[in-house]
Amino acid sequence: MLRLPAFELARPRTVEEAVGLLAEHGDRAAGLGGGTDLVPNMKHKLVTPEVVVSLAAIPELGGLAVAEDGTLVIGAMCPIAKLAAEERVGAGWPAVAQAASLIASPQLRNSGTLGGNVMLDTRCRWLNQTFFWRKSLGFCLKKDGSECHVVSGGSRCVAAASNDSAPALMSVGASAVFVGPDGRRELALEELWSTDGVRNKRCEPAELLVEVRVPPTAAGHRGAYGKLRDRGSIDFPLLGCAVRLDLDAAGAVLDADAVLVALQARPARLRGCAELVGGTTPGSPEFAAAARAVAERAGRKARPLPNVPGDAEYRHAMVPVLVRRTLEAAGAGGGPVHPL
Amino acid sequence: MRVVTLRINGDEREIAVRDHWTLLEALRYELGLTGSKQGCDKGDCGACTVLVDGEPTLACVTLAVLAEGREITTIEGLAPRHRASGGEGADPLQEAFDRCGALQCGFCQPGTLLSARALLDRTPRPDREAIRAALAGNLCRCTGYTQILEAIELAAGEAAGVEVPTPEWMADLRRAEGTSRP
Repeated sequence: MLRLPAFELARPRTVEEAVGLLAEHGDRAAGLGGGTDLVPNMKHKLVTPEVVVSLAAIPELGGLAVAEDGTLVIGAMCPIAKLAAEERVGAGWPAVAQAASLIASPQLRNSGTLGGNVMLDTRCRWLNQTFFWRKSLGFCLKKDGSECHVVSGGSRCVAAASNDSAPALMSVGASAVFVGPDGRRELALEELWSTDGVRNKRCEPAELLVEVRVPPTAAGHRGAYGKLRDRGSIDFPLLGCAVRLDLDAAGAVLDADAVLVALQARPARLRGCAELVGGTTPGSPEFAAAARAVAERAGRKARPLPNVPGDAEYRHAMVPVLVRRTLEAAGAGGGPVHPL
Repeated sequence: MRVVTLRINGDEREIAVRDHWTLLEALRYELGLTGSKQGCDKGDCGACTVLVDGEPTLACVTLAVLAEGREITTIEGLAPRHRASGGEGADPLQEAFDRCGALQCGFCQPGTLLSARALLDRTPRPDREAIRAALAGNLCRCTGYTQILEAIELAAGEAAGVEVPTPEWMADLRRAEGTSRP
């Protein structure tokens, strides 16, 4: 039995009211979306806010729409299940729909929100444990302690970004819209992350993520998401890979992108993907060779740590495998890649 | 404390709760509805699954206060709901679980049944892949799942008036029972 620490629940009805509450209470407040990340974290006393600001009664946050200019606008409180099931998302932004469909379990996708997955706290096998468990080890760098159990002597937290939606959204150039005490700002999702596992997002505590905007994809767009995890039914990623391929009218790759998650504190773009696969045609031996080259490059660059569950050596060996398979799936207009 | 009115299994129940109480705690310790099980208590195992507005939801990560105004169905509500719609006995899914031996310790069963009920309400004849996907958030440590899948196929088939092939193990069971009898 895991009891929640006591807090006061606020239920604002507007974004302005919510931001006001977050600004008023500062570090003593936390925003509550679907509760699938915050509630377990509170039960583990990783966060112990005095005021929890529920966003459930703010109707404007729950939307999922395609704007007139073709932009996909996902409200922060849009349930992940709704995003995964929306046909227009699957057709226009397949990597996003595939990633959403592989987040957690059906029940958690019903309650969990897209905004909550974007804002998911970093995870580590030494962190996401009960207070008793953590206390018995003298806590850790991220919470209550001063020692990192992943990197001996390490002074920087290496808890891993574990949000499947982030690489998928980054692969298609999404941006995040925040509202704070100083007004509204939109930034490319790429710019949101820092490399600090303690707090891997560059936003103020009083800033509220209100929506994610995804630009329209071109006619020749193909995308896929690949996810490696222990149990295919529920787990966070041991490794995640989102791929975007934009093809020209003749079917050759014009532009390409691959973004990885669960390796470090931030989701990271694999550089040089477009140069390697550009000009090749999915299904051809040239494309297959280019996909292998991208995969090898990803394997060389990746430095998996024993931060999330799963053997780091195994995860390292799987980096090129997952990257290659996800590239091939995207090329074939398929996916998701989920080897379980 | 605040007083909330929860709509549970068709009844309105007024209870006093603290802001930090989960729906699961309110169900089990305030309302005595102990059918919803407290397993991992952190959103992994699915033992606390209830239906909120028809959708499978984990009561252990849902705040009780935020469940106000929603239609909540727990395992205790399945048989009454079936009878209220003109049926007899328990929910056909419960009957099918019984006939197929789709449980051992029974701890996961309330949550599994509610996930299955939500699936059949939406998709009356799901294929096995759809059943597996719908039950992905309900962990069972005893059965190996096979009989759970068979029970859901049986209930769905019978509701549609279709004959469902008898699982192979059932013939073995009958044979074993026949030989062991004096």
